[in-house]
Amino acid sequence: MKFGVVVFPGSNCDEDMVYVLRDKLKQETVKLWHKDTDLQGCDALVLPGGFSYGDYLRSGAIARFSPIMEKVNEHAAKGGFLLGVCNGFQILCEAGLLPGALLHNSHRKFVCKNVYIKTGTNETALTRDVRPEKALKIPIAHGEGRYYADEKTITALKKNNQIIFSYCNENAESAEEANPNGSLENIAGVCNAAKNVFGMMPHPERAADAELFNEDGLLLFHSLIANWGKN
Amino acid sequence: MQHTHQETLPTLDTAKKLGLLPEEFEKIKSILGRTPNFTELSIYSVMWSEHCSYKNSIIWLKTLPKDGPHMLAKAGEENAGLVDIGEGLGCAFKIESHNHPSAIEPYQGAATGVGGINRDIFTMGARPIAQLNSLRFGDIKSAKTQWIMKGVVKGIGNYGNAFGVPTVGGEVFFDDCYNVNPLVNAMSVGIVKKGETVSATSYGAGNPVFIVGSATGKDGIHGATFASADITENSADDLPAVQVGDPFQEKLLLEATLEVIKTGAVIGMQDMGAAGITCSTSEMSAKGQHGMDIWLHKVPTRQQGMKPFEILLSESQERMLIVVEKGKEEDVKKVFEKWDLNCEQIGIVTTGDRLKYYMFDELVADVPAETLVLGGGAPVYKREYKEPAYYAEAKKFRIEMVQEPDNYKTVMNHLIAHPNIASKRWVYNQYDSMVGTINQSTNQPSDAAIVNIKNTKKSLALTVDCNSRYVNADPEIGCAIAVSEAARNIVCSGGEPSAITNCLNFGNPYNPEVYWQFVGSIKGMSAACTKFRTPVTGGNVSFYNQSSFEGPVFPTPTIGMLGLLQDKKNQTSLSFKNEGDCIYLIGDCKNDINSSEYVYSFHKVKNTPAPYFNLEEEYLVQQAVKAVIKKQLIESAHDCSDGGLFVCLMESSFQHRLGFEIACDKHIRKDAFLFGESQSRVVVSVKKENEIALVDELKKQEVKFSKLGFVKSKEVLIDGDFYGAIEEFKNSYDTSIEKTVEG
Repeated sequence: MKFGVVVFPGSNCDEDMVYVLRDKLKQETVKLWHKDTDLQGCDALVLPGGFSYGDYLRSGAIARFSPIMEKVNEHAAKGGFLLGVCNGFQILCEAGLLPGALLHNSHRKFVCKNVYIKTGTNETALTRDVRPEKALKIPIAHGEGRYYADEKTITALKKNNQIIFSYCNENAESAEEANPNGSLENIAGVCNAAKNVFGMMPHPERAADAELFNEDGLLLFHSLIANWGKN
Repeated sequence: MQHTHQETLPTLDTAKKLGLLPEEFEKIKSILGRTPNFTELSIYSVMWSEHCSYKNSIIWLKTLPKDGPHMLAKAGEENAGLVDIGEGLGCAFKIESHNHPSAIEPYQGAATGVGGINRDIFTMGARPIAQLNSLRFGDIKSAKTQWIMKGVVKGIGNYGNAFGVPTVGGEVFFDDCYNVNPLVNAMSVGIVKKGETVSATSYGAGNPVFIVGSATGKDGIHGATFASADITENSADDLPAVQVGDPFQEKLLLEATLEVIKTGAVIGMQDMGAAGITCSTSEMSAKGQHGMDIWLHKVPTRQQGMKPFEILLSESQERMLIVVEKGKEEDVKKVFEKWDLNCEQIGIVTTGDRLKYYMFDELVADVPAETLVLGGGAPVYKREYKEPAYYAEAKKFRIEMVQEPDNYKTVMNHLIAHPNIASKRWVYNQYDSMVGTINQSTNQPSDAAIVNIKNTKKSLALTVDCNSRYVNADPEIGCAIAVSEAARNIVCSGGEPSAITNCLNFGNPYNPEVYWQFVGSIKGMSAACTKFRTPVTGGNVSFYNQSSFEGPVFPTPTIGMLGLLQDKKNQTSLSFKNEGDCIYLIGDCKNDINSSEYVYSFHKVKNTPAPYFNLEEEYLVQQAVKAVIKKQLIESAHDCSDGGLFVCLMESSFQHRLGFEIACDKHIRKDAFLFGESQSRVVVSVKKENEIALVDELKKQEVKFSKLGFVKSKEVLIDGDFYGAIEEFKNSYDTSIEKTVEG
């Protein structure tokens, strides 16, 4: 797969994402500057974490108006793979490409630590090879990560198997104390109904290097590369 | 000089108000051959402030060991020290204080401290890859301390997190002496390819001078002068002296700066911190032995009608001064345009040594650059010092004056939940510690933070250390301990100490007893740095850390140390790994509770000598630890520090929820054995099959050692007595600070 990592002013996880895709997974990977309008033939787009436009106004609120976003929308509408991590997830929600919103953490503090998540569906390329009973250790780092959507949306997400990840304890049990930010239903990540646009608050690219003693995040990327386009 | 309009010349009174001494006012008059105008006087007052000139410390700083085999830039040569780490790479690192701003406006004070230290690194062309900080607050139970602490931590977090550089390590310490005057020391570490560094210099008459980054506002005017006075009740009136930071601008400035260096158009560059345009223009000009004409009206400002002295002294953040090779202006402008940042030519390099500042056609200041700077015309003072009475008094302390506790469990509970010992996770979870994907200590905690240098065999080991209670008890020994502990942390993590940066936080230098603490600290630091061959690459001095009503803070010479792992496979965790492994102590226990957390906060005996310390023994212990790590004989290594052996064993147990069973040394008191903080001790665990090899190696190293016991599952047994489950201690350790702060 050819990956494109979109760089907004204030993105700061772009290099980390490129490192994993290019150096660890040996995938062709390019950076796409937010002022660009050419996706360079990428099969998969990633909006990385960071503080696009300094999180001014609201996380992700300004980035959605970047010139490249029109092309990103087209890419998604055509069924292309699109993943937003952390700030990227926030941008996708602001852009209406994913349902729901990311609010200030319930404890009102930024939080960075390892958490456990488990997948809620095997119906997507990103999660197909991830066992639902396995707790994945993946770090979070955000101030605005509390997933919120109205009841109707949540019901639809469940019905269509769009909740791709939820916070859990190390035994993969859903638990209140495993929820690091007050997200509804412990939701850590969702996808759209067509299952080609994904957003998640935890950072899989931060758990993808044996030199850092945690490779749980690689499972997602391996699954994606093995299963994309095989629907 | 010509004046286009009449101006009343300032008097000695004005000079004093700006923080200058009468003799300094005289010196300025004799340098200029006339009475300075107000703008010029302001320039001298900030450049000759303690903060910029080091006038009361430089004599002693010069005695510190500065050179080592791996130094690429010695102390004072550049904005930060530069160490050769092999692979064609250099490591730039520095620590700096932002104490006074943080006392008045904790959030912005701490945030701009982080911004400033990172600019010091990337202005050299190095990309920051890791941050650390050392924080000291007053009584954690007081509302004021909690307000300061919450603000400082949020400020560091919001700035550092958005900037995108992980905070990988640090320390937090609480004592009443910091009630009014907290200490906020921030360290940044960056990597640069050898030969791609940029110098803070200016030369080549006719070369244009650019200001880039944020617009200049009225914030932080006279900040350097403000940082060079005691904190008083009226300090909050100095609020405009505290700067305001914007990490988003800093992130853009970082990327743009590193990109502009690649164009090859840059002659020299310096960030604007203390004393803003004044400091950068004068230091760069003095270094390059040229002059400058600066057109202040060209400086992009945030508000209209700023006076010349305000533009000159503004400490607005996220700005740089760049001297560009004539003819390459467009290359530079293009980069800053891409990043949507200001890039304005504000002057030109001239021959000679004069700095001439113009506001439109008016020459508002005309001063020789050299006379302003450290190493040039800035004053240098020898201060008197005298041993304080408390020092002799402390020496009278004997362990027998303190009764052994009846109930050891009470002491254990006290220590494990004490804010100086308990987990600082409430603090560090607010920092992004993993961005950059280089933090090797997240999942393998170690005494020093281990930072991956991607695509090489090597890693960095980083730590900040200073037990200021020890330094207060005995500055010379205490500061030698601070260096030793830093080195010990690096060694225990599998690294080799390379070099240090220091942040010297003291009270008012005009107080001879404070100055005695300063001098002693420098002597102790020199001795230890010489022994470990860790030159002092730079840092900063922060005097006047005292309030008019509570006296000076503990002398706090914070040591930031850089170490290197030649092979990242040597990384050693502090955590016990397997039930049944043997636990050994490398080093020797003493019948000593001096300056321990135990004697200080449990028995409330506040004035005792520094704990036992011998530099030679320390060195031997570290050599032995290095040897057993290199031979891959041990499973874990953790140094004994605050809280003594008991806390050390606890911390090794927590990660994998293991426990321990040990026997005490009957030759010394049990409280000294468990809670004493005598130095130069490291706890290691070893698999049974490696035990003989470990013992042989330690004998060969001619170091004292003893077998303490075994790693157990989940519980704590001492001399056969059960003291509780690890889970119970861990819960108390983990939640103590958040319970206090969150209520």
